[in-house]
Amino acid sequence: MSDEYEHKLEAKSDYAGDASSVSSPDIDSVPDAELPDQELYHSHSWWTTYVFSQDAKYIGIQYALTAVGTGLLGLVLSWLMRIQLAFPGLGWLDPGAYYQFVTMHGMIMVVYLLTALFLGGFGNLLIPLMCGARDMAFPYVNMLSYWAFVVAVLVLLASFFVPGGPTGAGWTLYPPQAITAGTPGSDMGIILMLISLILFVAGFTMGGLNYIITVLQLRARGMTLMRLPLTIWGIFTATVLAMFAFPALLVGCLMMTLDSLLGTSFFMPAMVSLGETLTHEGGSPILFQHLFWFFGHPEVYIVALPAFGIVSDLLSVHSRKTIFGYRMMVWAIVGIGALSFFVWAHHMYVSGMNPWFGFFFATTTLIIAVPTAIKVYNWILTLWRGNIQLSLPMLFSLGFIVTFLNGGLTGLFLGNVTVDVPLSDTYFVVAHFHMVMGIAPILVIFGAIYHWYPLITGRMMDETLGKIHFWITFIGSYAIYFPMHYQGFVGVPRRYFEIYDSPYIDTSTLLLNKFITIAVLIVGAAQLLFLYNLITSARLGKKSEKNPWKANSLEWQTPQMPPEHGNWGKELPKVYRWPYDFSVPGAKEDYIPQNQPPSEIVGAKVEKT
Amino acid sequence: MIVALSIFLITVGSIAFHFWSPWWWTEVASNWGNMDDTIILTFWITGFVFVAICFFVAYCVWKFSYNKDRRAEYKPEDKKLESRLTWATAIGVAALLAPGLVVWNQYVTVPDNAYKVEVFAYQWGWKYRLPGDDGILGKTDIKYINDDNPFGLIIEDTNGKDDLLVDAQELHLLIDRPVKFELRTIDVLHNFYVPQFRGKMDMVPGIVTYYWLTPTRTGDFEVLCAEYCGSGHYAMRGRVIVDEEQDYKKWEAKQITFEKMLAKNQKNDNLQLVKKDK
Repeated sequence: MSDEYEHKLEAKSDYAGDASSVSSPDIDSVPDAELPDQELYHSHSWWTTYVFSQDAKYIGIQYALTAVGTGLLGLVLSWLMRIQLAFPGLGWLDPGAYYQFVTMHGMIMVVYLLTALFLGGFGNLLIPLMCGARDMAFPYVNMLSYWAFVVAVLVLLASFFVPGGPTGAGWTLYPPQAITAGTPGSDMGIILMLISLILFVAGFTMGGLNYIITVLQLRARGMTLMRLPLTIWGIFTATVLAMFAFPALLVGCLMMTLDSLLGTSFFMPAMVSLGETLTHEGGSPILFQHLFWFFGHPEVYIVALPAFGIVSDLLSVHSRKTIFGYRMMVWAIVGIGALSFFVWAHHMYVSGMNPWFGFFFATTTLIIAVPTAIKVYNWILTLWRGNIQLSLPMLFSLGFIVTFLNGGLTGLFLGNVTVDVPLSDTYFVVAHFHMVMGIAPILVIFGAIYHWYPLITGRMMDETLGKIHFWITFIGSYAIYFPMHYQGFVGVPRRYFEIYDSPYIDTSTLLLNKFITIAVLIVGAAQLLFLYNLITSARLGKKSEKNPWKANSLEWQTPQMPPEHGNWGKELPKVYRWPYDFSVPGAKEDYIPQNQPPSEIVGAKVEKT
Repeated sequence: MIVALSIFLITVGSIAFHFWSPWWWTEVASNWGNMDDTIILTFWITGFVFVAICFFVAYCVWKFSYNKDRRAEYKPEDKKLESRLTWATAIGVAALLAPGLVVWNQYVTVPDNAYKVEVFAYQWGWKYRLPGDDGILGKTDIKYINDDNPFGLIIEDTNGKDDLLVDAQELHLLIDRPVKFELRTIDVLHNFYVPQFRGKMDMVPGIVTYYWLTPTRTGDFEVLCAEYCGSGHYAMRGRVIVDEEQDYKKWEAKQITFEKMLAKNQKNDNLQLVKKDK
């Protein structure tokens, strides 16, 4: 919606007669193009088309497949650790291996799966198409970004095969333990992890610049910022956050690498390690925590904002209703993004930093709940008096609302400094962040894949398999994480290889552990169903019509579906409206694509956007 | 219908689980029962929001399910509603935050009469040091740590002479006496955590962190390390026993002062020298 929202643009009824023959330059006018059409790189060989591709759509798919492949490893690791927790008697993991799996699971899921998939995957696929561009601003750099990501993943995987194995420092990699002898993988493993992260940040910066500049510079004529789909707003803001947040991680990694290899003391105080006095002196372990969480908290929103954006679009399209409060939604995304840089130390209430910081960070953290709550209200008000199609994307979006709401509310426990004291470092935390930044965004990812699959392959995914997949994943993961909060109340600490039968823990708590593990195995196995559907539907799926969901945004309006190289044929699209004109009174169809000129829909009482 | 019903049942099931769950916190054994109260308050406010929103979603899915002859309402914005919701949320959030900050203020303000106890953490175990008769803990430096001086006390600091060294995995506390834990680690991060006490604070090499509490009931409690500290993390347990005065005095009398320990070590050294001479 634009500032002229109050005025209504109503085509006069006497127009209706001659509208089909005469196009009216008055109401159909869009601003002139400010830049000449982009010159594209055209591939000449199989290698440059499919491997070293410079087409953002391919790069997006490459990013997505690599991320999902790595994520599957993370999934298997979670099985291994859950089996250890539920059946410690089996004794098939030693503590070292357990901690290595915990660490790799965490890092893979947060960085190499979620970040790469949302920004690298959906960002590349959707930004040019939704903005009405032919490609990213810098296709060559975009290709480099993907290959840097591949190298980062390979370095990460290589750490499984070095002496000592991968690092077992926990995904937060806190020094001093990350680089001292009591932790598994404290020599080679941690170095490879740090190098892999440095490569990831470098690669991501190349991609991120592309996303930002493409959104700012290459939008189609008429596509004002306030007409962008919320998906793009989410990905764009998340990328801006990443540009500010990742440097903190980068310097943290570099400094720790120096501490480990050259014996500097950025993070290393004078200390004893397993009986030996080390030569380090004067460093501050808490400094690393500040750097890590200055990255780490925005990172939560780097994952969450694209999910917020995508789910807004899915809810609007599949309930055939305008997104409620678009402008509030945009400002909430921007506001959450800005606030996310002022809350990082809520991960550190009991870290030993000056306790008086607690007042400041508890306040900022609870303030961020307000724009987040607005988003939830607007999602559910989008459903209100909608025309809700229970398609797969809608089911997953509903699953997102429930799990995100649950995980967001438990965030109010942990963000409120006093409440955090008994709950921090317990399973309450594990349950909270899995619900809010594991399950909720992943449900959006599934919804998004079912939604945009026809755009990529021209075919639909199987509905029945998809529904089975949805129910197992949604109910199953809720059954995993909801009861887990209560283990946290009991006081079961996280990162425990084995809890034994501690006097304060009722044996039924261990029974609950078994229940959770069985649910984990089932939910994990259900993802095979999804993969089967994903692979076979590309060949055997029902052929999709063009714009199968009757959506308004530009990615569905390309001359061919799936879109070809360059996306738009000869003419770039012109944009006349926002992407949420669903069920407009007086219009013939219940949707009006963004590039449909006003003269073709006379009679529709569209509010000006 | 099935979808709406499922969301409804998940919500109802969550409430039922909450009230009938056998898994709940342990009976509090310190003055931090008000932390439990803040949790209860948070439960009521967030629980209400959770139930209201889930029911609303379930209702929408049931009531407004797809019908091709019907059009959705066209209503891009409703400024009044949006600002009302924003203010209601802000008030709810403030209601959560204010009591939280009040309790936090108590948590970080140590009473003057608190008895100081040093908790000494290492990979992977606990030791303790009590201030002795003068009520002051002697100064320490990590470079003096050796077999004869396991706490690294600075010998020149006379305040340390009468410090009681508890080189065992067991600490006794006197009931109803406020105690300030001065938390010290010689290697990596640790966290001194007794579930029944509720309190928690990381121990960071290079600095001394702290928190305080007043034990309010006698008992034998397990100490757990709550900050990941390497492969022995899960096994880093200890015991804290809260005693009535009589039992506490008995235990305290058995502990050895730093001065006595030095003398004993001296004797041992002399003995060894004698042996060598022979």
